[in-house]
Amino acid sequence: MDEPESAKVSMARSSEAVPSPASQPPKTNGTQSKDMPQAKDLDSRPRRRADAVFRMLAQGSGVALLVIMAAIAAFLILQAIPALNADTTNFFTTLNWAPDGTPSSFGIAALAFGSLLTSLLALVMSVPVAVGVALAISHYSPRWLAGPLAYVVDLLAAVPSVVFGLWGLIYLVPGLIGPSNFLSTYFGFIPLFETNGTYGKSIFAASVVLAVMIIPIIAAISREVFVQTPRDHIEAAWAIGATKWEMVRTAILPYGRSGVVSATVLGFGRAIGETIAVALVLSANYEITLHILQPGGNTIAANIANRYGEAGNIGRGALIASGLVLFIITLIVNFGARTIVRRGEREGA
Amino acid sequence: MAQSVHVTAGNSRLVRTQLSRRSLVAIAAAAIAATVVLFVATPLQGLVGFVLIAAVLYILAQTVISNHVEGRRAAINRLVTTLVVACACAAVLPLVAVLGFTIVKGLAVLNLSFLTHTMRGVAEQDPYGGIYHAIIGTLEQVGLATLMAVPFGLLVAIYLVEYSAGRLGRVVSFFVDVMTGLPSIVAGLFIFALWILALGQSFSGFAGSLALAILMLPTVVRSAEEMLKIVPDSLREGGYALGIPKWITILRIVLPTALAGIVTGVMLAIARVTGETAPLLLTVFGNPALNFNPFSGAQASLPLFVFGEAGLPNETAINRAWAAALVLIMIVLVFNIIARVIARFAGVRS
Repeated sequence: MDEPESAKVSMARSSEAVPSPASQPPKTNGTQSKDMPQAKDLDSRPRRRADAVFRMLAQGSGVALLVIMAAIAAFLILQAIPALNADTTNFFTTLNWAPDGTPSSFGIAALAFGSLLTSLLALVMSVPVAVGVALAISHYSPRWLAGPLAYVVDLLAAVPSVVFGLWGLIYLVPGLIGPSNFLSTYFGFIPLFETNGTYGKSIFAASVVLAVMIIPIIAAISREVFVQTPRDHIEAAWAIGATKWEMVRTAILPYGRSGVVSATVLGFGRAIGETIAVALVLSANYEITLHILQPGGNTIAANIANRYGEAGNIGRGALIASGLVLFIITLIVNFGARTIVRRGEREGA
Repeated sequence: MAQSVHVTAGNSRLVRTQLSRRSLVAIAAAAIAATVVLFVATPLQGLVGFVLIAAVLYILAQTVISNHVEGRRAAINRLVTTLVVACACAAVLPLVAVLGFTIVKGLAVLNLSFLTHTMRGVAEQDPYGGIYHAIIGTLEQVGLATLMAVPFGLLVAIYLVEYSAGRLGRVVSFFVDVMTGLPSIVAGLFIFALWILALGQSFSGFAGSLALAILMLPTVVRSAEEMLKIVPDSLREGGYALGIPKWITILRIVLPTALAGIVTGVMLAIARVTGETAPLLLTVFGNPALNFNPFSGAQASLPLFVFGEAGLPNETAINRAWAAALVLIMIVLVFNIIARVIARFAGVRS
């Protein structure tokens, strides 16, 4: 505190003296008597120019950020067009990915379906758990446990996705064979759990990995909103004899609803863009199926990672086209989430 | 609700009967015993399934018994409390599993030679080889990305906090939020489309760091913005009152005051991009040999190394992947812990 203060005082003095020493008598430094020349000094050219330059620099960076976002869209479109022109089949409905074949044929249908399905399943699994964790941290656990618990959940967000992928591939996929078998044997009448009798790298495994990865994101945002619940609401619930759950249901959850919704949407955006962990636990194919327990499934992002190495010219363009679709989906999702957040803030204020 | 409170208070003693801790333990024991029977009698197997079924049985039994003894409201309350605890366990368990497996499997392979050798001329089944080249690659790429993203991000944050009043500021702020949600693979595709396809450059560590910088940018902007916002206005006004130009006030007074918080944000951003794999796959490409120069030619990186080895159908390769994953996690954790320590011991000075 002290140091910058005194530094800036001396700096101020010296810079006051520097700009136009010729126009001032030598002894005016720091006194009030010569008000007019000093005020002029403050507006002197070199200093204003430096200020303007810095302002331009800051504003330019802000504009540059917008330019980057625009460039992302522009270059993805630019590089995707030749491949889309070469595609002999419909890009939106084809269940195939052979862009470098003759004739070139590829489509986003199966990939987009797989992306949406895995992300939605991940949400179904992770949102209740994440809200539970958020409640545990904000209102259920004793204070000595809340801090460490929050830290551990945050750590979960710091684990690199490739490590989740490795863990999913080596332990989770074999570990899920038993439960999958159980589900398919006893609940096989539900189309979702129907299988052809084989188990392995499946949409189910991918969604579990994704669920684990987005729990910390949803939990962190939800927790922040839950903590902000007005004390009055909580006390009012206690005062009319509510049990803890009734307090949570009538005070905390309604207050945090928009926060949880936007956290969910953000989690969805994260899940749909996740690449490496999904690429490791899916056995890529290009079918649309609801049978999540049997091997198969693919997502836009995983397909880019898997097919990139072997892609030729049109193949690369095709992957960029699929990336463009992913970009547009995440843009829509994020716009939606931010709108919800803004509306929530306005209502809260 | 007030009505139901009245009713329950009316037809019971002042203190309602509660389930004792001992009876809860008994219910848990019964649930586990029932699960054992179930696993012996049916083809069910696996630890995960066992824990899951035992937990479900316990929750069911507890709710039913509590409903009978304590009444409906207490039973629901107890059920939710148990579910919240279960959720906390369910969130912590994967972390323990991932870290545990990585440490156990990684330590089995990790040694000094693994850290100081490259994969040049090493086949997938060979037990030797190492990650020296990958560590160098990761450090250079992340370092370059930090050098680009931090000044840029700081300037954007300064613009948002100190200069922007109008529409442009709101638009920039909104797109920072949108950028936060940019999938890392799209950042990689963008650099690939721009740097490699359109500008005709080769794969290089620098191309990778460009993609990483894009991913770091929103994190740096947001954290710096938060910190600059809580610098008290009186400090700025003090500066202006002394006739200090605005830009010097910002650089010499506002920034130093918020420095610790900004450093924390930067550290977290570094930790986040260090583990990124997807963008590097498209821009750095991977290289089994050592390449010190990040500006020319394909480089290796730790996440890419893990991804590559994990995809090989070979036990020794997968063991190498675990060891590299352990090193990667340790690097990320170190950045994380540094960030927390800085955050704890020095917030915004006021």
